Amino acid sequence: MGEKVFMQGNEAFAEAAIRSGCRYFFGYPITPSSEMPEYFAKKAPSEGLTFIQAETEVSAFNMIAGVAATGKRGMTATSGPGFSLGCEAMSYMSAAGLPSVVVYVMRPGPADGDILASQGDYFQMVKGGGHGDYNNIVLAPYSVQEFADCAPLAFELAEKYRNPVIVASDGMLSKMMENVVLPDRTEGPGEFEGCVNGAKGREHNVITTCATGPQQWEQFNLALQSKFAQIRDNEQRWECYNTEDADIIIVAFGTVARIALTTIKIARENGLKVGMIRPITLWPFPVKAFEGLTGKEFFVSELNAGQMVEDVKLAVNDNERVHFYGRLGGITPTPQELYEEIVKQCKH
Amino acid sequence: MSIVYERPHVLTDEQFTFCGGCGHGIINRLIGEIIEEEHLEEKTILVWPIGCSVYSDKYYNVDSICALHGRAPALATGIKRALPENMVLVYQGDGDMVSEGMAEIVHAAIRGEKFSVIFVNNAIYGMTGGQMAPTTLMGQKTTTSPYGRSDENAGKPLPMAEFISNIAGCYYSERVTLTGPANVRKTKAAIKKAIHNQLEGKGLSFVEVLSPCPTGWNMKPVKAMEWIETNMLDMYPLGVFKDLDKEAE
Repeated sequence: MGEKVFMQGNEAFAEAAIRSGCRYFFGYPITPSSEMPEYFAKKAPSEGLTFIQAETEVSAFNMIAGVAATGKRGMTATSGPGFSLGCEAMSYMSAAGLPSVVVYVMRPGPADGDILASQGDYFQMVKGGGHGDYNNIVLAPYSVQEFADCAPLAFELAEKYRNPVIVASDGMLSKMMENVVLPDRTEGPGEFEGCVNGAKGREHNVITTCATGPQQWEQFNLALQSKFAQIRDNEQRWECYNTEDADIIIVAFGTVARIALTTIKIARENGLKVGMIRPITLWPFPVKAFEGLTGKEFFVSELNAGQMVEDVKLAVNDNERVHFYGRLGGITPTPQELYEEIVKQCKH
Repeated sequence: MSIVYERPHVLTDEQFTFCGGCGHGIINRLIGEIIEEEHLEEKTILVWPIGCSVYSDKYYNVDSICALHGRAPALATGIKRALPENMVLVYQGDGDMVSEGMAEIVHAAIRGEKFSVIFVNNAIYGMTGGQMAPTTLMGQKTTTSPYGRSDENAGKPLPMAEFISNIAGCYYSERVTLTGPANVRKTKAAIKKAIHNQLEGKGLSFVEVLSPCPTGWNMKPVKAMEWIETNMLDMYPLGVFKDLDKEAE
């Protein structure tokens, strides 16, 4: 059992990543993610880490691609404007099969925006962000404990599927402090079949994402798609709260799910049977969570203008039963506000 | 009968797909010779760019990775930091480095990354069909400067070997060319020195090679070699611009 400490979200993740064998951090400071590069910089001498403050997020993401290509564990952390710059490398890492971990601390955009909590980057994380047919694995914790637990899990998933993994935080989860049990120390495998670390006692390896013609490139793409299909089959994660007897099911992730736990209590005190599905993987989206829930209404709440709601509609396949409420600009709704909105929109 | 000259074993049986008279083939062969002579087959990681040398990973029996356009120095930073004992060689063209990836190469030099860089300057975008590069000469006609490069529209060309040499983290910077056997030998010596510097843990070593692009320049190969001598050397003089070994002596 790991050590229990009182820690801020960003620092807890950084510490958990170090304990998971992450020895390399390349990043560009951006609020609200900067405690992560700061933590790695501070711990570098005592933990034997390599920390570089990159000139841009473009470079930071390519640096972690380089570390990943050698089979070692590396990460970066950023927010929306920085992730936009890193998207080219996300597409590259997914195609090249480079396992890396990126923490995406969402803040309200578009453009420069502000620095509080937001979920406006759901589409960018879940639908690609960069060019071409590829997917990121996206984990969305809702507590500091779950955030820290995502560190070893993210590296394991990245290495298992040879794909980048995003851990989706926001300005609230990253900045709040909670009790957290830190993970035990583990190490990554240090190499994988096909990595580039010098052709010593083996055939040489080549990592490239350059096509040599449409036939070859279609085969390459089909192989990528079968990787994504496997992830879709195996890795859907979610948590259910009071869904069995519920007439109305809130669908929310991260910070909003945290708020909605209180909304469930308020609703039930007022005689309304409300439950919740909390997606933990945003991609693959947990469509399995929605199987067999006939006749129930779904109330989707996000800190955006309506993004995950599209995936809920695809899973439910009945738009009449799916409602949405979102707040923008960095405003988080109160539990009472969500309850009142449920009463206003739902038929039950 | 003794063999006096043969294809380096470090090269695969793949045929080079460069155009006739292109300088990339010469430089690629030199890299193969050096890896073999220095017994670096098991230590080498080649980092390729987007450009005419994008398929060079096929030519070597050593580990290779092809970077995104312009990002080779950042990718190589991750590799070299993770594997400091390996020999990491970055290869970039002028569009890749001086345009798309200027931040990456400059900051790799600022940090004094301990890898070696070969910069192939042919004053044009070869692979995409002969467009203007930041290294295109004044008045030079390309598909995107059809009336000749003008100062008013595109500014003046940038001499990279001098520019990089002014950065404190750069250990060694030299410009060489491929016009004739003597210059090819000098190019090989410069690349070898850049690799030795890396193996000795010295800062960034930079070798700029003025290289002919007969297809992009719309010239016969012999004429292209002459064009380097008559047109490029004024803007891009050959020589060593920095060598901290010498300065230490």
